[in-house]
This record gives sequence, structure tokens and C-alpha cells, in this order.
Amino acid sequence: MNNLSAILFLHAELSLVLLLLIVLLADIFMGPLRRRWLHPVVCVLMVLQVILNLTPDTRELFGGMYINTPFTSIVKSILSAGTLLIFIQCGERIKRKDTEFKQGEFYLLTLSTLLGMFFMVSAGHFLIFYIGLEMASIPMACLVALDKYCHHSAEAGAKFILSSMFSSALLLYGLSLIYGTSGTMYFTDLPALLQGTPLQQFALVMFIAGMGFKMSLVPFHLWTADVYQGAPTGVTAYLSGISKGAAAVALAVILRFVFPAMREDWTLALAILSVVTITVANLMAILQKDMKRFMAFSSISQAGYILLGVLAGTTQGLASLVFYIAVYIVANVAIFAVISTIEQHTDGLTDRDSYRGLYRTNPRLTLIMTLALFSLGGIPPFAGFFSKFFIFAAAFEEGWYLVVFLALLNTIISLYYYLMVVKAMYISEPLTEDGSVAVAPLKSQGGGRLCLLICTLGICLLGVCSFFYEGLFLWASLLG
Amino acid sequence: MDIHVISYLVLSTVMLFAGVYGFFTRRNLLATLISVELMLNATNIKFAGFNRYLFPGVLEGHFFSLFGIAISAAETAVAIAIMINVYRNVRNIQTDDISDLKG
Repeated sequence: MNNLSAILFLHAELSLVLLLLIVLLADIFMGPLRRRWLHPVVCVLMVLQVILNLTPDTRELFGGMYINTPFTSIVKSILSAGTLLIFIQCGERIKRKDTEFKQGEFYLLTLSTLLGMFFMVSAGHFLIFYIGLEMASIPMACLVALDKYCHHSAEAGAKFILSSMFSSALLLYGLSLIYGTSGTMYFTDLPALLQGTPLQQFALVMFIAGMGFKMSLVPFHLWTADVYQGAPTGVTAYLSGISKGAAAVALAVILRFVFPAMREDWTLALAILSVVTITVANLMAILQKDMKRFMAFSSISQAGYILLGVLAGTTQGLASLVFYIAVYIVANVAIFAVISTIEQHTDGLTDRDSYRGLYRTNPRLTLIMTLALFSLGGIPPFAGFFSKFFIFAAAFEEGWYLVVFLALLNTIISLYYYLMVVKAMYISEPLTEDGSVAVAPLKSQGGGRLCLLICTLGICLLGVCSFFYEGLFLWASLLG
Repeated sequence: MDIHVISYLVLSTVMLFAGVYGFFTRRNLLATLISVELMLNATNIKFAGFNRYLFPGVLEGHFFSLFGIAISAAETAVAIAIMINVYRNVRNIQTDDISDLKG
């Protein structure tokens, strides 16, 4: 470890820091006229970031505080690819006259949350994990409140920062109990010392509760719908996909490698949480009229499915968890891109009734939205079917028959409300007085189109092209 | 006089649950923030106390509480900035008046 070049093994994080600095300096020194170059430059650099950082080697740094495995490196690439999709989609929105001056801030804040998630997933010590978690959630609050003059955005920001502080206080309290009972915070030393004493069980409950807030599982989900509705739509897409995915991966890795002796405790807790999350969120989603709130509850119920992969806790479970997250990010970004396009062209219409008859004016947008909803609902041959299948299979193999059965029943309920949106778009008559469709024919711009194209390809091909998930399973088995 | 480690644990537990109580009952955003700060400081006391009494040879717990203080300062800065923004938009920071988002 005397060799200073060992720090280059942090290349994923270092390149992201470099990207951050480039954006910061460009934002300060580029004149207003040259600022339109910021978006393409950031997108190109993100593409490099996604591709160059896939390395199949296992490295430990700082005495085991930072661990990079093939598994975490593929997770990081998926997270950066999702962020890239969000950037492509938000480019047009953020370049508008009223938000143009803060596009640098948008990229800066998003990239710093991404950096936090990187540290969170490859932590080897609870301190790094905690710092990463906070780095991922503090700038996120700024992103949620980015729309400074819209009081919904400010309200959502206040709700987000307070509930995230509350959850991290709970999590930190759990960590302090773990420290008190074991005397170390290294992931490699902890498993031998955590034997499931009552105090450690309490710590585990606190830890799961804190992570449950970040992943918006059901007893801790109350902030989700408000924040998703109030935040700018691009930020909502980021929050619902990438941020949740990173938290889920970190939870899975920590539970599997730090708490193996307490496996019975945490699997029981997760099984209950997962069933309750899926059921309650599905029932609430049926009641929603606003599309962003609807997607919030849909994403809560998806978090419940993601939890099944954590519950399985095997190599297969982790691999199917990551595959699920990738598929979920693609479908979710597609839906939010459609919502955001319609919102921009109609002065912020997001209620479901204004989507009635959308097929007549915007057949292509409707088709993409339908494909994405089918994928979320798990209809073959779209990617969502395969991801659900793998995650159910992983939980089933570990003997969670009842949980899988209840989750399966819930997919039927979720189909009902996903298809309600499809019905509104294709079949229902518009509610406007003269019977015209609320959304006029609109043309999405280059960035939005590219994003929708990539997402559609992802939805159709991720499941059918088996090399993607075969690769994932291979890399997950190298996890060690 | 000897102060046993139990005293620190009792203090920090009381602080934590006082914070939780305040978080759920207060109707002012600033008071909610103060409650959360109470919870975060409870954990700092716990880390420092555990380290001092149970593991005196190493400094891991002290470092954790130092980082905890720094991070909670950053969180407070962001939270207060957002609250000022809420005040500018709504002219109030009582939680009852900030309830446009519901469904």
C-alpha cells in the first residue's frame, strides 16, 4: 500500500470527480453564449465514464475501507448509464430560458449524488458507507428543490431533507450500537463479532429502518409521493430509479456480507416488509389521479419486488437484483420522459384525465409509454417479465414460497392499474368540453427522442438478449 | 466521582427518543430540524462514549462522531436553505400551511 499509484484503482470515482471539476469550471468560466455546449460535453464524458470503468478485477484500498469487485463495477456502470439517460432527457428542459442559468448546478448536483452512490456500493467500512449515503442524499435535496420559484418544489425539498435526516439518524444509531457491541466497523471483521445478541438485533432493526426510508419501503414511504410530485420531473426519474437502485444494492451487499450470522432475523424482517410494501403500494396506486403520484406508488411497489432479491441473499439473488434495477431504470426513465415531454408542452398537465385519447394525437409517445408500462407490469416478451421471473426464482429457491405467491398475486393488481393508464390513452373519450384531446400533437426534441429510443430498445431487448444477464450472473459470482 | 458508561447510554437514548417525539409532534419546520439534530447528536454521544469506555485503545468511534458532526452540519445548511426558500414562496414555515402536495 506504499505505492501511491494504488489510488488509481479508484478510477471510477476519480474520473467522476474529474468530470465534476470540468463541469464546475465550465459553469463558472463559460460565457452565457458558450453554455449551450455544456450539455453535449457532459453527455459525451458520461458515455466514456460508463464504458471505461467496467473492470473485472477485485481491489481493496485504504486497508479494506474501499472494495471494488466486478460486481460493484458493473453496478456503477449501470448507475452511470441511468444517469446518462436522465441527462440526455433533461437537456432540452434545462436549456429553457428560465432554467438555463442553472444547468451547471443541475449536472453538478446530480454527479455528486452519483459519486456518493459509488462510495456507498463499494464501501468496506461503515464510515465510508455512511459518508457515501449522505453524499447521495444531501445534494439530492437540493435537486428536489431546484425549481426555486415553484413552491411545490420547495415543499418537496423540505419534506425530503427532513425525512432523509430522520432516517439517517436512525441508521446512525443502529451503527453506533453495532460499534458498541463489536468494537470495529470493517465489513471483513464484523461477521465474526455479530452473533445476534438482543442489542445487535435492535441495531439491525434500526439499520433496516434507515435503509427502508431511502428505498421508500412501506411503513417508511410517506415522503415518497409528495416528493415525487413536487420535484422537477427529471429529478423524479433520477430519484425513483438510480437512487433507489443504489440503496438496494448497498442494503443487499451489507446484509449478506456483514450480517450472515443474523440471517434468520433479517430475512424474516425483509419478507414481511416486502409483502406489505407491494400490497399497500399497489392498493394506493389504484387511487391516484396524478401521473407523478401514480408513478411514486408504482415505484414503491417495485421497491418491494427489488427487496425479494435482497431477501434471497444468494449470488443469484444479487445478480437478479441488479438486472431488475437495470430494467426498472430503463422503463421508468421512459415513462418519466413521456410525462416530462407532455408536461413541458402543455403548461404542466400531469393528471391522468388529460392523457385520455392521447393515442389520437400522439401515437408514438403513447406506444412507448405502453411498452414501458407493460414492462413494469411484467408482460412478456418485454424486459420486465424476465427481471420479475429471475427475482421470483431467486426468492423461490431459498424457500420463500408464500412471499413469492403473494408477490405474484400482486402483479395482477399492478397490471390493473398500469392498464388503466393504457386504457385512458387508447380507449377513453377525452373529458374536455368540446371533446378534443387535452394534449395537442407535439414533437419531442432531439435529446428527448434519443432517450426514448434508447429506453425502447432497452425495454424490448434487455430481456430477449440473454448475454446481458448471463454476463451479470457471471460477474456476480465473482463477488467473493 | 466515576461516571459509568451506562450514564452515557441513558443520556443518548433519552435524547434520541426526545428527538423522535419532537419530530412527530412539532408543527414548525425549524423545530423539526432541531429535533432531528437532537437525534444525530445522541448518536455522536454514543459513539464517543463507547469508544472512551469500551475500546480505549483505538479512535474509530471518535472519528465516526467527528464525521457525523461535519455531515450533520452540511445537512443543516441545506435544510435551512430550503426552509428559507419555502418561506419566500409560502411566507410561512408552519407545517400545517405547507400541505399542497397530498392525494
